[in-house]
Amino acid sequence: MLFLVNIIVAGLLAGLMYALVAIGFVLIYKASGVFNFAQGAMVLLSALTFVTLNEHGLPFWLCFIITVGVLIVASVLIEFLVLRPLVNRSPDTLFMATLGLSFVIEGLAQLVLGTDVHQLDLGIPDVPLKLYGLQVSDFDLFTAAVSILLVAVLALLFGKTRVGISLRAVADNTLAAQSIGIRLPHIWRIVWSVAGVVALIAGLLWGNRQGVQFSLSLVVLKAMPVLIIGGFSSIPGAIVGGLIVGATENLADIYIGPLVHGAVSDWFAYILATAFLLIRPNGLFGEKPIQRV
Amino acid sequence: MSQHGTDVLTLDNVESVYGESVLALQGVSLTVPRGSIVALLGANGAGKSTTLKAISNLLGVSRGRVIRGDISWAGKSILGLDPARVVRQGIVQVLEGRHCFAHLTVEENLASGGFLRRPGRRELRRDADRIYDWFPRLKQKRHTRAGLLSGGEQQMVAIGRALMAKPILMLLDEPSMGLAPMIVEEIFDIIQQLNRDEGVTFLLAEQNANLVLHYADHGFVLENGRVVTSGAAETLRQSQDFMAYYFGDGGQAAIPA
Ligand SMILES: Nc1ncnc2c1ncn2[C@@H]1O[C@H](COP(=O)(O)OP(=O)(O)OP(=O)(O)O)[C@@H](O)[C@H]1O
Ligand SMILES: [Mg+2]
Repeated sequence: MLFLVNIIVAGLLAGLMYALVAIGFVLIYKASGVFNFAQGAMVLLSALTFVTLNEHGLPFWLCFIITVGVLIVASVLIEFLVLRPLVNRSPDTLFMATLGLSFVIEGLAQLVLGTDVHQLDLGIPDVPLKLYGLQVSDFDLFTAAVSILLVAVLALLFGKTRVGISLRAVADNTLAAQSIGIRLPHIWRIVWSVAGVVALIAGLLWGNRQGVQFSLSLVVLKAMPVLIIGGFSSIPGAIVGGLIVGATENLADIYIGPLVHGAVSDWFAYILATAFLLIRPNGLFGEKPIQRV
Repeated sequence: MSQHGTDVLTLDNVESVYGESVLALQGVSLTVPRGSIVALLGANGAGKSTTLKAISNLLGVSRGRVIRGDISWAGKSILGLDPARVVRQGIVQVLEGRHCFAHLTVEENLASGGFLRRPGRRELRRDADRIYDWFPRLKQKRHTRAGLLSGGEQQMVAIGRALMAKPILMLLDEPSMGLAPMIVEEIFDIIQQLNRDEGVTFLLAEQNANLVLHYADHGFVLENGRVVTSGAAETLRQSQDFMAYYFGDGGQAAIPA
């Protein structure tokens, strides 16, 4: 029994990391109705920037601030060079643009920062402790705390502030938002920047566990089933979706894996997501498609 | 109504298209004097909404644009100005079909209309309270999501939200659409008061000529993207030709005295 609980807990903790990546998608999807394929590349870019600065001897806090600065500049450039020229185009066009964007970001990041695998050590032990029989590490607990904190901050930001209300207004009805003078480019820059910071946090947590390398950008493939299950437009959905994917993936590895003689965790989430697409196309928490006129 | 001052808004031969080919406006010219209520009349597809969106520069979303002519505001061209800039100059539009932010509360909807003025927290609250004075029934529903309100209440939210920007000119697209006569009257009475007491200028697009000419000072009639008739509201109302044309058989619909 404890064994089973341990598997689920480990899965849930992994799922939180999926959720962090997925939240970045949700933010941009809500504000601009775009599935931003480049979110994975943002995770790579941010982690790579951070780790490179850190290797040059800068303290963590300074690396963090500079990386956030880089992400804000990137958001401003993306808005100006990609989003603005494509304004009023179909979501498909924008999706293709973000697909291209992800290659550009990955290429530039590796060109400037190199293709080496970097070790990232946030200084939090990742050694399983026995806690009432549960196998969790300090790092697991840290991840959980950071995720909760991040969600609380986002909830506050979008619930109460003017920027948050404006963002939700744009997500709700873009034309009406424009009619009362909300500037879309301004909102996009902010949302992409916030999504960038979320990507940075996800990148640091993932990078700490598996090193900072190109494969980091592939977390986008993990976020996809999470989003399908949770719904593209809901932050709580991203979290619940992440947890579901993490837990079932781990269970599937233990109970189905031996039957098929191999790891199933790489693709099991997609089976699950496909089932969801058939049963509940908007995901668990997804709003009906945002109306756009 | 000649006691009004200078014209604030002027459209000069405005032509506009959707996509590459649909010519929606074929040379619309009109003026809106400061402090007046001007009606923009016309049947379905005449070009009323297109005219209003051309003024607010909101045609882009539906792939439309102005291809000829000019739109000027207080003597300066505002053609092609960013929509947010147009609002900042004092022109706010209430879109056809209301377009409240359905997932936002009434209070958030109203607040969002004030953001561009960057008021302080207290000032924003005070401005919202003034809107509740105009529309008391919104006050009890301030924490309700706008999507759950009745059509009439949504229209009030949309007007209130636009008022939060403290506009000089308000463009209202079919405020009576789909509403019960009682509510329509309530809304038009408020429009009239806003015009009289606060000096807000209105350009009102309506299909319901009878109704709007009762409140308006002046009217322009659109047909196929052209102004075919215009004149003082009183004159238009009494013009047999116009009423006959407009209502098919002799303008039988009763006009409230
Ligand atoms: N998004 C669009 N794409 C293509 N054509 C459009 C679009 N919107 C309007 N039109 C066309 O432009 C013309 C004017 O339409 P408009 O919406 O301005 O009329 P309206 O007077 O507001 O009508 P209604 O009373 O039905 O609201 C019509 O012929 C219409 O078919
Ligand atoms: Mg219309």
